[in-house]
Amino acid sequence: MSDPQDPLRLDVDRDRCAGAGMCALTAPEVFDQDDEEGLVVLLHPTPAPEHRAAARLAVGLCPAGAIALDSTDS
Amino acid sequence: MSYDPTAAATTADGTTTDAPPTLPTDRRTGCPFDPPAGLTALSDTPMRRLRYADGHVGRLVTGHAAARAVLADPRFSSRYELLHLPVPMAGMSGELPPAPVGDIIGLDAPEHTRYRRLLTGRFTVRRMRRLTERAEQLTSECLDAMEQAGPTVDLVEAFARPVPALMICELLGVPYAERDRFQSHVAILFDQTVGEGPKGEAYTALLQYLEELVLAKRAEPTDDLLSDLTSADLTDEELAGIGGLLLAAGLDTTMNMLGLGAFALFSNPDQLDALRADPGLAGQTVEELLRYLSVADPLLRSALEDVEVEGELIRAGETVTVSVQAANRDPHRFPEPDRLDIHRRATGHLAFGHGAHQCLGQQLARVEMTVALPALFARFPTLRLAVPPREVPMRDRSNIYGVISLPVTWDKE
Repeated sequence: MSDPQDPLRLDVDRDRCAGAGMCALTAPEVFDQDDEEGLVVLLHPTPAPEHRAAARLAVGLCPAGAIALDSTDS
Repeated sequence: MSYDPTAAATTADGTTTDAPPTLPTDRRTGCPFDPPAGLTALSDTPMRRLRYADGHVGRLVTGHAAARAVLADPRFSSRYELLHLPVPMAGMSGELPPAPVGDIIGLDAPEHTRYRRLLTGRFTVRRMRRLTERAEQLTSECLDAMEQAGPTVDLVEAFARPVPALMICELLGVPYAERDRFQSHVAILFDQTVGEGPKGEAYTALLQYLEELVLAKRAEPTDDLLSDLTSADLTDEELAGIGGLLLAAGLDTTMNMLGLGAFALFSNPDQLDALRADPGLAGQTVEELLRYLSVADPLLRSALEDVEVEGELIRAGETVTVSVQAANRDPHRFPEPDRLDIHRRATGHLAFGHGAHQCLGQQLARVEMTVALPALFARFPTLRLAVPPREVPMRDRSNIYGVISLPVTWDKE
């Protein structure tokens, strides 16, 4: 299990996104939804340390598996 | 008929077989907020074989991880015509008909995706939060009327029913004043004791009303969701069907969460006191109530091909009953799951489902509940049940669990 504060890189797949809003609800500093289709908008692919825990939580909560997480140990 | 765990292995003529159990639904004994005792007894393993109403043998999923896996996997279909029912429904025999036009719950991708994307932009976190002030106003008006009528009222009629109804009507552009033309039809759709015939009539009547409304919106658009959708590439029939689904989903779900949620808080006075002392706990109280009560249950899927879930092979054609209430009480995911604890982190619950069909209106429901529950308890600091808890009538035979009525009282100043 990686440390929640470890750097991470996020990627989103808008084709898979279900527009449920769990990411924008959980980590609003990192994710948003567009007004047209409500699909995920990634605000910060490499979130600041204080937003990493919320971003990780959002990855796990995404109902559509539309957020990919790449943890780096650097 | 009460559930007997040993009945699973005994046929009608008394011979013992390896026949899988049927889905336990009887909650008449025990805590009204807990899953049926028989279901809890079957939750010792994340997944097991289940016998369906028509004799089909499929699966029951009670583990949180397995439930997530099934609901997230597009190899499990939501199409009604592929499903077997776990419990007999009045007047229902044989195969289920396919989803009627506009009922996107019973569709798979890509049809489901096409419809859903016309709607998701309208239910975003940001848009729903903008409705907070309006929710506060409408709640306040309901509480004013309740205060006038009191000090003893049915909390369902005074509060739980009107608050979400006013909200969804305004959002869709359905006149609340015409609720006699849709409310009773919606109630019938969720009632398991109503047979196929009357249910079909209720659905037809609901759609007729919505088609009239759609025509009116096309002729003279107003500032609401139905009017906006008239510019999408949808037929009148599709638009009425989608409108009917959104209306039904918006009316009965939050209503039951508010009524049953208030009952659960009355029954856990330490939790209610904590919420009253710190209304800032409202958000997490709502998540915990969603987990603890799981009113929309179960969710059904059909395997389109052989799929391995948590090391077990589910065969193509098997119906899978995902018990949301059991998954939300999985002790591996939520420690001490049978305790209502508004201080716990309940996020990750499956009360809104999971996967491509996860509740479209969940952010609206969150705003409604987060506003309405604290406002209720702030307005009436001495609010309490007016009858012994055992006398509260429960919606035992409905697709959405809740209270039929909730008599409450308070001290007038």
